[in-house]
Amino acid sequence: MNPPPASPEPVPLPFPISHGTTTLAFLFQGGVLAAADTRSSCAGQVACPASLKIRPVHSHMVSTTSGTSADCALWVRILSRELRLYQLRHGRRLSISGAAKLLSHMLHPFKGTKLCVAAILCGWDGGEEDGRHDNGGTKTDLGGCTETAKKIAKSLDTSLQKTQSSSPTLGGQQHLTREKIRFSGPSLFYVCSDGTRLQGALFSVGSGSPYAYSILDQEVKWELTLDEATSIARQAVYRATHRDAYSGNHVDIFHISSKGWTRRSREDLKEEYYREKERRERGMRRDVT
Amino acid sequence: MEYLVGIQGKDFVLVAADNVAASSIIQMKHDYDKMFKLSEKILLLCVGEAGDTVQFAEYIQKNVQLYKMRNGYELSPAAAANFTRKNLADYLRSRTPYHVNLLLAGYDDTDGPGLFYMDYLSSLAKAPFAAHGYGAFLTLSILDRYYKPDLTREEAVDLLKKCIEELNKRFIMNLPSFTVRLIDKEGIHDLEKLTHGAK
Repeated sequence: MNPPPASPEPVPLPFPISHGTTTLAFLFQGGVLAAADTRSSCAGQVACPASLKIRPVHSHMVSTTSGTSADCALWVRILSRELRLYQLRHGRRLSISGAAKLLSHMLHPFKGTKLCVAAILCGWDGGEEDGRHDNGGTKTDLGGCTETAKKIAKSLDTSLQKTQSSSPTLGGQQHLTREKIRFSGPSLFYVCSDGTRLQGALFSVGSGSPYAYSILDQEVKWELTLDEATSIARQAVYRATHRDAYSGNHVDIFHISSKGWTRRSREDLKEEYYREKERRERGMRRDVT
Repeated sequence: MEYLVGIQGKDFVLVAADNVAASSIIQMKHDYDKMFKLSEKILLLCVGEAGDTVQFAEYIQKNVQLYKMRNGYELSPAAAANFTRKNLADYLRSRTPYHVNLLLAGYDDTDGPGLFYMDYLSSLAKAPFAAHGYGAFLTLSILDRYYKPDLTREEAVDLLKKCIEELNKRFIMNLPSFTVRLIDKEGIHDLEKLTHGAK
């Protein structure tokens, strides 16, 4: 028997489409909201319609993952391990910025290989009473972020300046531990296995991200309530899954506040589709009458 | 898609870089700072492949600071530039070369201002003005035409504005804002960001 004929020349993609998924995260006054779809695809088939793309790292940080599922699962676990070790050794949690840098440096040796991880680290810095214990949530309730957090979320230049410029003084100061302003509040970092590490207030990653960005850019504001933010996140994922073949099935939404992360029960986007259909029909009927 | 430019005057160096951090067709950040402070009077502007830029620039930054800690005085801009070039050259024929294009700008108390152009093949040239990126094709001739060795600060900023206007006019990529900094004997000064149109 002759083997089947080789598949024809694949059609070239208009731009590199990577990471068949839609994940997003943004900062708002209530903390951080992270959302993702649940479809894992493999060579044009849906390998798993119910995968978990947002993984908790510790009580106050989750990571949305995109790229190769196995790589993401592994590296987020390695990150959790390293952060826990840091916490035990130093008596306090490593900041989200530090965690992002740690992940970025751990992934750097694999640059150029097929390892593919694009994560958004979402978390809440600071506010620990007893640093060494990983509680389900903090005992002290900060009741919203400090002024510093708001300023940093609104003008993101400062954070980069903080990390870049720490020119040591001569003479006296041998001790170079960062006794800087201990930042407390929500934080968002995009880390990619190609080496990118960016701090921001809004990120979306994956093949569905352009569609999600267009919804988020219109609606996301600092002043949103938790319900509004949840509904915008759900809408953005829904629209992305509607257009992108590699995203779909359900949506997971996580909320991180000063008390830790909470997860909403997984929602089927089919419901959202029918809800919208109904809304449109009602709207059209109203127009007609 | 990224753009760096530097203009050296009589006793200062003016540098500017765009603020876009892009991934494929998406602008992930609109306010990304591509300048790395090596010391009180030296800036390293770095563009190129995604992770390489930050990894390489931070490596150079920390080593320059380490030199100061060990020896008690800072590296001059020329020395820092040659150190950077040496590192690029060492990695060039390894399995993991750094694909970065750099401008190093600094003020030396003895030699005065200096602007150094380096590219990913580890070439090094001290130049009165320089640019990196596709934008360089559009702006180098403007710099050639209007540059004078004894530019004042205002004239240099005007020349920079001419370059950016040309980019906004003819370059297909939208680069909405640019970070601008000036280095002179007093140190590094942040100038007003040059933006184009509505944010």
